Amino acid sequence: MLLIPCPHCGPRAELEFSYGGEAHIARPVDPASIDDDSWVTFLYERSNPRGVHAERWRHLHGCGRFFNVLRDTVSDTIAASYPAGQPRPALSPDGKGTKR
Amino acid sequence: MSGRFRAPSGGRVDRAKPVRFSFDGQSYQGVAGDTLASALLANGVHLVGRSFKYHRPRGIVTAGSDEPNALVGVGADDAHYTPNMRATQIEIYEGLVAESQNRWPSLRFDVGAINEAFAPFLSAGFYYKTFMWPPAAWKRIYEPLIRRAAGLGRAPAKPDPDRYTQVYAHCDVLVIGAGPAGMAAALAASATGARVFLCDEQAEMGGSLLSEKTAMIEGQSAGDWTAGALAGLAARANVTLMPRTTAFGWYPHNFLGLCERITDHLAGADPKLPRERLWQVRATEVVLATGALERPLVFPDNDRPGIMMAEAARIYANRFGVLPGNTAVIFTACDSAYRAALDLKSAGVAVAAIADLRAAPGGVWVDRARAAGMEVREATVVTGTTGRLRIDSVNLGKLGPDGRVSASETIACDLLLTSGGFTPSVHLFSQSRGKLVYDEALRAFLPGTSVERERSVGACRGIFDLEAVLNDGTAGGSGAAEAVGFAGAAGRAFAVDGDSVGSDGFIGVTPHGGDPSRTRAWIDFQNDVTENDVKLAIREGFRSIEHVKRYTTTGMATDQGKTSNMNALGLVSQTLKRPLPQVGLTTFRPPYTPTTFGVFAGQSRGDLFDPVRKTPVHDWAVAQGAVFENVSLWKRAHYFPKPGEDMHAAVVRECRATRQAVGIFDATTLGKIEVVGKDAAELMNRIYTNSWATLEPGRIRYGVILGENGFVMDDGVVGRMAPDRFHITTTTGGASRVLTMMEDYVQTEWPNLDVWLTSTTEEWAVISVQGPLSRKVLEPLVEGIDLSRASMPHMSVREGKICGVPTRLFRVSFTGELGFEVNVPAGYGRAVWEAIVAAGHAYGITPYGTETMHVLRAEKGFIVVGQETDGTVTPDDCGLGWTIGKAKKDFVGKRSLARPAMMAGDRKQLVGLLTVDPKTVLEVGAQVVADPNQPIPMIMLGHVTSSYWSATLNRSIALALVRGGRTRIGTRLSVPMPDGPIAVELVEPIFYDPKGARLDV
Amino acid sequence: MSDLAIRENSLGRLASVIRNIPSATLAVLPDTAKLLFRGRPAAVDVAGRAFGVAMPQEACRFSARGGRTAYWCGPDEWLLQAGGEASAALFASLDAALAGQSYSLVDVSHRSDAITLSGPEAAYILNHGCPLDLSLQTFPVGMCTRTIFGKATIMLSRPAPELFHIDVWRSFASYVWQLLEEACGEFA
Ligand SMILES: [Zn+2]
Repeated sequence: MLLIPCPHCGPRAELEFSYGGEAHIARPVDPASIDDDSWVTFLYERSNPRGVHAERWRHLHGCGRFFNVLRDTVSDTIAASYPAGQPRPALSPDGKGTKR
Repeated sequence: MSGRFRAPSGGRVDRAKPVRFSFDGQSYQGVAGDTLASALLANGVHLVGRSFKYHRPRGIVTAGSDEPNALVGVGADDAHYTPNMRATQIEIYEGLVAESQNRWPSLRFDVGAINEAFAPFLSAGFYYKTFMWPPAAWKRIYEPLIRRAAGLGRAPAKPDPDRYTQVYAHCDVLVIGAGPAGMAAALAASATGARVFLCDEQAEMGGSLLSEKTAMIEGQSAGDWTAGALAGLAARANVTLMPRTTAFGWYPHNFLGLCERITDHLAGADPKLPRERLWQVRATEVVLATGALERPLVFPDNDRPGIMMAEAARIYANRFGVLPGNTAVIFTACDSAYRAALDLKSAGVAVAAIADLRAAPGGVWVDRARAAGMEVREATVVTGTTGRLRIDSVNLGKLGPDGRVSASETIACDLLLTSGGFTPSVHLFSQSRGKLVYDEALRAFLPGTSVERERSVGACRGIFDLEAVLNDGTAGGSGAAEAVGFAGAAGRAFAVDGDSVGSDGFIGVTPHGGDPSRTRAWIDFQNDVTENDVKLAIREGFRSIEHVKRYTTTGMATDQGKTSNMNALGLVSQTLKRPLPQVGLTTFRPPYTPTTFGVFAGQSRGDLFDPVRKTPVHDWAVAQGAVFENVSLWKRAHYFPKPGEDMHAAVVRECRATRQAVGIFDATTLGKIEVVGKDAAELMNRIYTNSWATLEPGRIRYGVILGENGFVMDDGVVGRMAPDRFHITTTTGGASRVLTMMEDYVQTEWPNLDVWLTSTTEEWAVISVQGPLSRKVLEPLVEGIDLSRASMPHMSVREGKICGVPTRLFRVSFTGELGFEVNVPAGYGRAVWEAIVAAGHAYGITPYGTETMHVLRAEKGFIVVGQETDGTVTPDDCGLGWTIGKAKKDFVGKRSLARPAMMAGDRKQLVGLLTVDPKTVLEVGAQVVADPNQPIPMIMLGHVTSSYWSATLNRSIALALVRGGRTRIGTRLSVPMPDGPIAVELVEPIFYDPKGARLDV
Repeated sequence: MSDLAIRENSLGRLASVIRNIPSATLAVLPDTAKLLFRGRPAAVDVAGRAFGVAMPQEACRFSARGGRTAYWCGPDEWLLQAGGEASAALFASLDAALAGQSYSLVDVSHRSDAITLSGPEAAYILNHGCPLDLSLQTFPVGMCTRTIFGKATIMLSRPAPELFHIDVWRSFASYVWQLLEEACGEFA
């Protein structure tokens, strides 16, 4: 079970969270102006990387906030955790961030 | 005396406390401190089971959790019976009942041994080869046959009466394994003040020190030092000692599963104690001190009872005071077996010969053996053994420098001890996803790069010398505490007086000169995999160790190949002539040792399996004899049968009463969300398909929510309580989904909107009063609300009081009748409900359940999300196109509705179905086709989504989603069923009062 | 028209048959007025002054004064609890004080019931369903948080070293109570 750092409450057991898919996929401001292909990309296409993945979590059974996490999908190492709306932080050159 | 083979003194058992137990119906005596294995050996019993495939007689091989053979069933009755327990781990107690497995009618005479005669047909991959043809034979012959033969042991036939608990725990440093390395680590880590857990799978902590007779630590015997160390640890408040606790699984972020066995070793245990406890431990740092497992040498006929690991024999002699035989032959590739030979000899076992695979063994241990008069045969192998139920002789062969083996001699014995060296236990490290590296010098895979915050100490990372082990443990323990943030870990060096046994060994099948297809050298005892099986698999083209494993099943038994994996790997390496590390290693997976279902289930059984959510009206409904159904976690009254009524009769009565007079229905489970803030209406506009700007306070609107993909997600009525306050209702099952979806948009897409969401599902009890007389029932109960048609029209909401408590009173109808939904604070729900029932008595008020609710709504063609929709249905598909605010520029899902596929004319659309025979009620889920006589597979046009008997219409009604359904209205289609096709006519999906006249009253 | 003062607590019946033990004692807390306050930072101070207890700014903390307690639930969310008060009056007074602010106030007095668990084994009992580290270092007195207990969401707070309050939605309350009781079984 992952130990997920909530930006507000600190590290908590995965049980308290719900997963929210890939992060930084913003809803287009004016969907009507988007062509069909781009809209389908927005709806369905995700990067699914082997390695560091920016993903959304919600501290559902906690403070209720959505936030983002950089998690390595191979090792589960969490390199960063930051509130929704903030840009994806840059990682240290080794790709591991500052936090184990 | 506790058995013929018990030494008069020595060991850690208490000879003054005899313990009686039974094995296969025969009574034996052991002593306190015995395992079932040591007690049986003390009584001269080696034969304890039959092998899985060939039913070969098998004996005790090891003294620990790596035991492949000695699996027994334990338990005096069917409820307490547990199969596949390792005799080497079972602590005996007065009255213990154990039995051997995999034999019939008896262990000594077993009919299944006939499989031996068929051995040529049962070779590697026999499942895949043998049961292929003819196809028809699979169901009738092969499958029942395999099912009967499959599996080890028998499952208990009765529910498990024991308690199991699960508990979360946290520590700074978790030390796994309480041998010398683990104890030293725990001592060092706890000295810093860190919270330390020390767990060990054995009843007694100490590991290898419990059977160490000669080495001295800090001038003390190993036993005295161990006792002192454990007493010191126990005295520290920051240390938790966990004996009988197996760390079986490692999950991400240092979350480990530990199973503590609490009552299995007790006679007449306190019933309030759990049998086992699952410790779910989150450790900041983990120290692995899991030791090493002795590896057998593989040679022909190596599976007879009486053939065991040299170190195991040493443990039985030194720790349990048990002599595993009278005359032993040792077959070894390392020095540790010499140490065992010396200890056994001093305990009273004659050592007939030591066959050493090595060409020129030497050093202190070999010298000592020679000095003790033991005959050491250099460059010598075992070419075979004899003895039916117990070994009686060993054939030795001389290994020439060219690798050839020539027969040399036959030695009589009742015990053959083997040692191929030690394999570090890297199972948990590997589970933690750490990378293993192969050490050529040690012939072992050792922990390499870590993924988790852990470190290995002692034998599990290839350090075998006791002094080095203790100092490595100390360094690991203090290092772990420092990594947590504790300072002041004092470096401490232990002084040990004793000799190292080195790290020689052998991996694979020892040379034996025999034809592998005629001899049988067992690699995996538990799954009966031989040298020949592995070679056959390679000949048939399997190269990857993962494939060889699955094809031969080597390492796939309940012991996960603890004693066999390295030898299988060595054999593949030998056969393919490929270096061992290139052959690769199979994956270690949890659990480390078999773990009960009970401990995984824990408290989640019976009434506590899931929360059972009940409404405030629940107990009243129970008292009325309601039948309940589960809707998500809620219990909802399904119908209220009167004496003698079945469901059909009850529903017919409830429907009639509601249409003709008044019914009362508990709608408390509906999801409710309060949307508050000056941008509340703006949020509603963006989330719902409808337009909300124009809805006045005091009015209600039916709303539909789509997913961003354009499909219907939820629906419900929404009341505007104030300009900045909406009271949303959702479906029962959709409550949390809708709240999460709205929170998502508010928090992440539109954080600038001044609007907040609060779940009020449980704040309100909702009492739905429906029917032409509903107003008459409620009018005398309310205060400050005018229920009249003029001042409170259909789809309006008023706040006031009912029965003296505050209410939000909705005039709304899911039945097509005049109706009200009375929201009152939940704590008043029961009282208000009863007051309304009392007031309605004169009008024949009738409680109805969810079934009647469904019939009434279906008569009106109201959809139910999840029944008429399945995540692929657009608003237009299910007849809700009218809810879309045409003037709205955007709402969630709008853009998707403009995709071509979402507007195609042949989409499945909601229609009504009337069976041509009005008495026939369709089955929900049944397919709709054009021509029932077409060949299978038929072209399916759609399916029935709802189907009921309508008492009001005195006929069946159904809703269906049918391809291009709206253009087919007026035509006939067919619903093919096992008893023949049912003709149906497609109609508008509204069966009763299409104009809605009954609402406007 | 009858005036109903009969407020039902979902735990009433379970609590009446509990056989408690000194190492971990279960009890039902009396009903209180409970309001959920959410809002923009400017409204938070106003709400605190009107309530008489400032909204804790530190995450996962509660503040109490007299019979009133403000629990931090999230960065813009507080649960305001007032023992022995009528929720409607409290709501009206706060609502009036907050006029003009950006905020949300919702009466949730009936949404949940509350349980106390006290005694030297209270934390151990809670850990039978709650994954938090409940040592006093990581879960000190004065801390509160929503978390999990078994399969239910609870609001957990610690007014004293060996005392926990559990606020739980009504329909989950009996499950939580029974699971706690089951865990206590080891000591019974
Ligand atoms: Zn949080």
